[in-house]
Amino acid sequence: MPTLEIDGKAIEVAAGTSVIEAAKRLGIFIPHFCYHPKLSVAANCRMCLVEVEKAPKPMPACATPVADGMKIWTQSPAARKAQNGVMEFLLINHPLDCPICDQGGECQLQDLSVGYGGSASRYQEEKRVVLHKDLGPLVAAEEMSRCIQCTRCVRFGEEIGGVMELGMINRGEHAEIVSFIGRSVDSELSGNMIDLCPVGALTSKPFRYSARTWELSRRRSVAPHDGLGSNLVVQVKQNRVMRVLPLENGAVNECWLSDKDRFSYEGLNAPDRLLRPMVRRGGRLEEAEWEEALERAAEGLRDAGVLASPHATLEELYLAGKLGPADFRLRHSDFSADGRRAGIPWLGMPVAELGTLDRVLVVGSFLRKDHPLLAHRMRQAAKRGAQVHVLHSVDDDWLMPLASKTIVAPNALAGAIAAFKERLAGAKNAAVLLGNFAQQHPQAAALHAAAQALGVQLGFLGEAANSVGGYVAGLPAGGGMPEVLKKDALLLLNVEPRLDCADPRAAERARFIVNLSAWRSDVGDVLLPIVPFTETAGTFVSTEGRVQTFNACVLPAGEARPAWKVLRVLGTMLDRPGTAFDTIEEVRSACLAGRDVAALLSNRIEAGAAAPVVASAGLQRIAEVPIYAADPLVRRSPSLQKTRDARPPRAWMNARLLQKLGLAEGQPVLARMQAGQARLTAALDDKLPEDCVRIAAAHAATADLGPMFGTVSVEKASVEKVA
Amino acid sequence: MLSAESLRKIDREIAKYPAERRQSAVMAALVIAQDEKGWLSTETMDFVAQYLGIAPVAVYEVASFYTMYNREPLGTHKLTICTCLPCGLQGSLAAADHLKKRLGIDFNETTPDGWFTLREGECMGACAMAPVVLVDNKRMCDYMTNDKLDALVDELSRKS
Repeated sequence: MPTLEIDGKAIEVAAGTSVIEAAKRLGIFIPHFCYHPKLSVAANCRMCLVEVEKAPKPMPACATPVADGMKIWTQSPAARKAQNGVMEFLLINHPLDCPICDQGGECQLQDLSVGYGGSASRYQEEKRVVLHKDLGPLVAAEEMSRCIQCTRCVRFGEEIGGVMELGMINRGEHAEIVSFIGRSVDSELSGNMIDLCPVGALTSKPFRYSARTWELSRRRSVAPHDGLGSNLVVQVKQNRVMRVLPLENGAVNECWLSDKDRFSYEGLNAPDRLLRPMVRRGGRLEEAEWEEALERAAEGLRDAGVLASPHATLEELYLAGKLGPADFRLRHSDFSADGRRAGIPWLGMPVAELGTLDRVLVVGSFLRKDHPLLAHRMRQAAKRGAQVHVLHSVDDDWLMPLASKTIVAPNALAGAIAAFKERLAGAKNAAVLLGNFAQQHPQAAALHAAAQALGVQLGFLGEAANSVGGYVAGLPAGGGMPEVLKKDALLLLNVEPRLDCADPRAAERARFIVNLSAWRSDVGDVLLPIVPFTETAGTFVSTEGRVQTFNACVLPAGEARPAWKVLRVLGTMLDRPGTAFDTIEEVRSACLAGRDVAALLSNRIEAGAAAPVVASAGLQRIAEVPIYAADPLVRRSPSLQKTRDARPPRAWMNARLLQKLGLAEGQPVLARMQAGQARLTAALDDKLPEDCVRIAAAHAATADLGPMFGTVSVEKASVEKVA
Repeated sequence: MLSAESLRKIDREIAKYPAERRQSAVMAALVIAQDEKGWLSTETMDFVAQYLGIAPVAVYEVASFYTMYNREPLGTHKLTICTCLPCGLQGSLAAADHLKKRLGIDFNETTPDGWFTLREGECMGACAMAPVVLVDNKRMCDYMTNDKLDALVDELSRKS
């Protein structure tokens, strides 16, 4: 290993390490803009120039590999002169608009110009002007004159996001960052470009002009959406969440954050927050005092089932399970594996290990949209040469090299798994991963058993923040979902039944409903205002079994209260044993009871009865849960709802099916299932399997249609039906 | 989108690089596409991107970097004169002025009859032979005195 000397300090590092990384290890900071540890080296900002012994010119520290006996000075007169010169060049065309720039106070250029820039500019000529760009609802590119052409955003798209959405056109003084003519940035990871931009060229559109970085206090938290449990920095001003940024954690989200985790905070302050309890009087919901609302609730909940969101905290789920038969697997439809599992289904390996797999089969997953950062991990593995095989019912672009893909109708999924045995054989580190679609499938247990029969590592890609935590909390309780749905009374915990359940009608037959919700709703006889994750302490157990506890970032809004407190009171009023707790820590320790969560995890399943046969007559519905429709919080983020991913659902069919039905693309159609119907627009996706119609769930436009899986018919919508 | 002949030529260029480096053929592919179409429309660049399996914006980067690529329709003949520093010191700015006067147009303009387009170029690697004029991307003319410029314009005008 080469030994070198930086500023007189010796260090030994692995060959191939760059000077900037070696310096970092010594605690020596070298100024830089374009260098980023997670991106390729561009060496185009030239800010990291250092003096190297025997080199005739200063060298860029980011692009200079170490060599044995190298001597480097980062602060010598020659190095400083080079750095000051580069800074002067960078500032020539940079506008002096820091007072109105959103990046002000957290700007690398601003910070470094204090140390390396002059106090006045020698440049008297006109500065160049770069026109603003429209990159969509999340990333603001309104002041592109601020850009210093570091190309971090371009490299991010190419290397991390998987698609190059931005590029640098023209050359020299005319160089500028653009998206391809007329296109927006649609990556589900696009917000990271805002973090990467070292200046104020790319800023957050939802956060624009709302606060200064030094006015914000920072609280750490955990993302409540997908199973990854990304670590967050929640930034707060005057008891209001103003912004969410990633908290670096190499084992979980690295330094990244999905747009869903980053921008969903807008829903926390949505205008329809439920601030007071409500009680139905004479058919109308009216505001009420907590006491009355709780009494009405307790009265009706003597014999009730509980539908709890998998996005609820561990403590909430634990207490919810004490109130009656309870389940949190709202979008699942096959519960035949209950009692046959050896433990809690989980990822089967630490998240970081996904990147070390050399062969993977992913079954039934909208991976990019359901798990944006797990998709990123797998993309990195695929780029390193891992073979990724896909078995699914739709053929969306995964933006990574795939070894093979098999696209079959939903009812053929289970039968298609065995064929992968040979393709996975002989690998050093192979795994089969079951995605959300496979877990929600009516033959989920059969898919599970078939995946296990492949004889390689088996994992579940956790649907929600507490998909593992729900089991740890003791759910399903009292027989689970089938028993819950038999009850005449229901308690809903953070659930919008028409959008969050496998069958949108799940709550319809209940005669009495207590709805614990953070937002106003028409569902329920009693509405009890609870708080979202930023206003309560709690715990999420991620898909890799990582127990992550967080505290409240702001005070509860209005009269809303943390759900664990509401559930505890209801438990006491209903005389349920084991619900009397004074603090959330007590709930947590009662729930975890000193158990090691890792020991509870297992993906083994015992052989069981044959899989239920899924009707194959007629057309089959393929339903995904769109990325920005997956939970009540994200559905209330106006910015995310303006993205391309949030476009209303359509009825996607392949060309043969459209022709068979006498339909054309763009035509209004009526989709029918046994339960109901929905008026949609026909759309063409020629990659869909035969006789399948893709219609997204979790959307008001399709909630009347019925369950996520099943037989569907599509016909031309006549004018009468439209009216 | 492109003729079979052009695609055959592009395939030949692609074959010069390893299979996973198809994008290396982007410059050649754009030249072939431009030879067929006369200029590079958004659709043409989209097509080339799709054909090579790379992002459209990556093609746009290349097409906008080099002055030889035309991103809008031009006159029948494109005259590109290098105005970089060494050429400028050798009299290319005066030569450019002469051309402008002779043709009655400025840089990036086309004569009203649609015959000539005048462009400012970047270094063509022939500084010692300045002033340098590139005709239609393919033919380089050096030591361009005013007489030689007039002769060139006459020659190109006659071919009509």
